[in-house]
Amino acid sequence: MAAEYANASEYIKHHLGHLTLGDKETFWAIHVDTMFFSILLGAVFLFIFIRAARRMTTGVPGGLQNFVEILVEFVDQQVKDSFHGRSKVIAPLALTLFVWIFLMNIVKLLPYDLLPYLAHMAGLEYLRINPTSDVNATLGMSIAVFFLIIFYSFYIKGVTGFSKEIFLKPFGIWFLPFNFVLKVVEEIAKPVSLALRLFGNMYAGGLIFTLIALLPWWIQWTLGLSWSLFKLLIITLQAFIFMVLTIVYLSMAHEDH
Amino acid sequence: MNINLTLLGQMITFGLLVWVTMKFVWPPIIQAMQERQKKIADGLAAAERGKHEQQLAEEKAKQVLQEAKQQAAEIIAQAQKRANEIVEASKDTARIEGERIKATAQSEIEQEVHRAREELRKQVGAIAVVGAERILKKEIDPKAHDQVIQDLVAQI
Repeated sequence: MAAEYANASEYIKHHLGHLTLGDKETFWAIHVDTMFFSILLGAVFLFIFIRAARRMTTGVPGGLQNFVEILVEFVDQQVKDSFHGRSKVIAPLALTLFVWIFLMNIVKLLPYDLLPYLAHMAGLEYLRINPTSDVNATLGMSIAVFFLIIFYSFYIKGVTGFSKEIFLKPFGIWFLPFNFVLKVVEEIAKPVSLALRLFGNMYAGGLIFTLIALLPWWIQWTLGLSWSLFKLLIITLQAFIFMVLTIVYLSMAHEDH
Repeated sequence: MNINLTLLGQMITFGLLVWVTMKFVWPPIIQAMQERQKKIADGLAAAERGKHEQQLAEEKAKQVLQEAKQQAAEIIAQAQKRANEIVEASKDTARIEGERIKATAQSEIEQEVHRAREELRKQVGAIAVVGAERILKKEIDPKAHDQVIQDLVAQI
């Protein structure tokens, strides 16, 4: 497909473009491809899991139920390992994060040019099917997690408790502004690192696929196959890391230091 | 990487997904799993209890058997003792009865002998009288000689 473009850099640039509605230079634009595929994959996740939840039986589980139960038990175990309080939100949140991110990552392994090519034929200029290589998607999740962290910090420790933590730790009352700046940096670092870790991995992975696609067709499969297999590990690992760190951050918000 | 409205859209999408998972996905699954866990635990406990009860029952059966055997042995011993007693008692009664019969027979024999002797005596007296009558060939007043005859009879 690379042949259709004037040169390699144009091909790469094209593949990094989003199908966008609105003015790209301002905040008031929306990446339709990211939204569409993330909602589609979220729907896939909900469809599978609600189906399984409806058909849950306490007797001998069937195939789908087994699969869902393995995932649920795995997530539940992770939550129990690092979170010692009681919360109705954290475990479902972790499950959603893990499965949704995994699904959004794995669409990356579809033939790289196929969907954009089809979209091109349908008249859409840009199409990126992998939502997690859009920083808006990863930041969206991590900022939501950040709000939860702030909410739980106030909810569990109370306004005074959390304020004390913000202003008086770690150096005591005489370093009040310094403590505050330190805490702000600490809290801001959480969502930013969460989002950028996932985004960076997926973005770079996509870029490598783009480069592989620029190779002659008869050699592509060697690198493409090995990179896809490697990527399969990465996408699972990244989904897992995002989930575990979220659980850890939320459990930190629940506990006094 | 320009940040735009997509960010808000993604946050809303994520929030909705989490909410739906929290409401409709997680509770039924976790509940069913816990219920199954409880069911399995109950089953295992019941099996354990059953095993224990069987053991107890076996022990009890053994005990009952032992008791029954002991009782049977006791009963047999008692019966034997009783039989011996009965045999002894019947031996005694037989001996006593025999002795009694012997005594009766003896007394009867004695009576018989006595009677026979009396009879003989009477007959001998009569024979003597008849003999004397024949010898004397005369009328003898039985009244007058009765004393004599009585003496004779007594002598025989």
